[in-house]
Amino acid sequence: MTENSNETLTPAPRRSVPLWAQILVWIGLLGLLVILAIGLLRTQQGTIQAGQVVDDFELAFFDGYDYNGQETVNLSDLRGKVVVVNFWASWCKPCEQEAADLEEAWRYYEPTGEVVFLGVDYVDTEPEARSYLAKFEITFPNGADRGTKISQYFRIEGVPETYFIDRQGVLREIQTGPFQSTQDIIEIVDALLAEE
Amino acid sequence: MKQVKKKKFFRFLFFVLLLTAGFSLFAPPSVKVVAQQPTPSDDDVNAIARKLYCPVCENTPLDVCPTQACKQWREEIRLRLAQGWTEEEILQYFVDQYGARVLAEPPRTGLNWLAYIVPPVAFLLGAYILFRAMRSWRALANQPVEAEPPVVEEKDEYVSRLEEELRKRG
Repeated sequence: MTENSNETLTPAPRRSVPLWAQILVWIGLLGLLVILAIGLLRTQQGTIQAGQVVDDFELAFFDGYDYNGQETVNLSDLRGKVVVVNFWASWCKPCEQEAADLEEAWRYYEPTGEVVFLGVDYVDTEPEARSYLAKFEITFPNGADRGTKISQYFRIEGVPETYFIDRQGVLREIQTGPFQSTQDIIEIVDALLAEE
Repeated sequence: MKQVKKKKFFRFLFFVLLLTAGFSLFAPPSVKVVAQQPTPSDDDVNAIARKLYCPVCENTPLDVCPTQACKQWREEIRLRLAQGWTEEEILQYFVDQYGARVLAEPPRTGLNWLAYIVPPVAFLLGAYILFRAMRSWRALANQPVEAEPPVVEEKDEYVSRLEEELRKRG
């Protein structure tokens, strides 16, 4: 009787989680935290910074638009020229504010062949984009940001946003929001053209 | 006599049917008239729209998003449906145009698998940890409490002397 009661008093041996399982769980948790941290850092990075060389990207133009007779353009093909990349959308009211100024600046520089304006249509539908281009009589090369790859590369925070790239392919100026006048655009481009 | 009654009955029945037919001709239609839905209907469009998220308005499904950009997207869906596109074709079109991030349900590729694997694994792991914790608590609760040895009260020296004095006097 006493023996039995002694047996019941003995605590059951505690089975611990195998070491390999513990390591696996910790590795999994750490991996998740790293992915989360990378995601958070990316979202807080903001746009790409002035001073860095802009990676190559391809822009396919809307029907009726071209650059030197080509339906697509690669940024790398434009080395030696000042490039103005403007992100816009037909649903964006502030974009309308600067549309005429951009077109005017483009017409000013087009004959020189030293400056290229690229319009990148962000998250838009083609019929509305075409109406917008027709409404503001935009003639500089414009195309849709297919797969939002270009805007993701520039990490744009909204539209309109304009990026000025110098002859060496280095990002030099960023304009967040609409330009107030054509002169604002010309001042930046002229400064870049003045550089050798 | 019977024949005459029968004839009268049929004549009465004939008049009743004629009157009913006449009234039904001039009566206003009882069919409920509802506003016609555009083709394809909003329901058809929203059935696909709720599987999409516009990158401009993150965390708002396309079917309930009030922005101009989202309205344009819904019209794009309506247009494609009218052209006879299937749901899969429309979703693929949006992925091609704007990237896979517009899908409410991320495609099962690469790191996206984490979204499918992590929640059930975390749930199972949590359930296992809870199960183990509850089992150990129950084991502790079932353990008989060992009787504590009787506490021998040590008499205070002052009390002993007091008692002794009282005994002497008493």
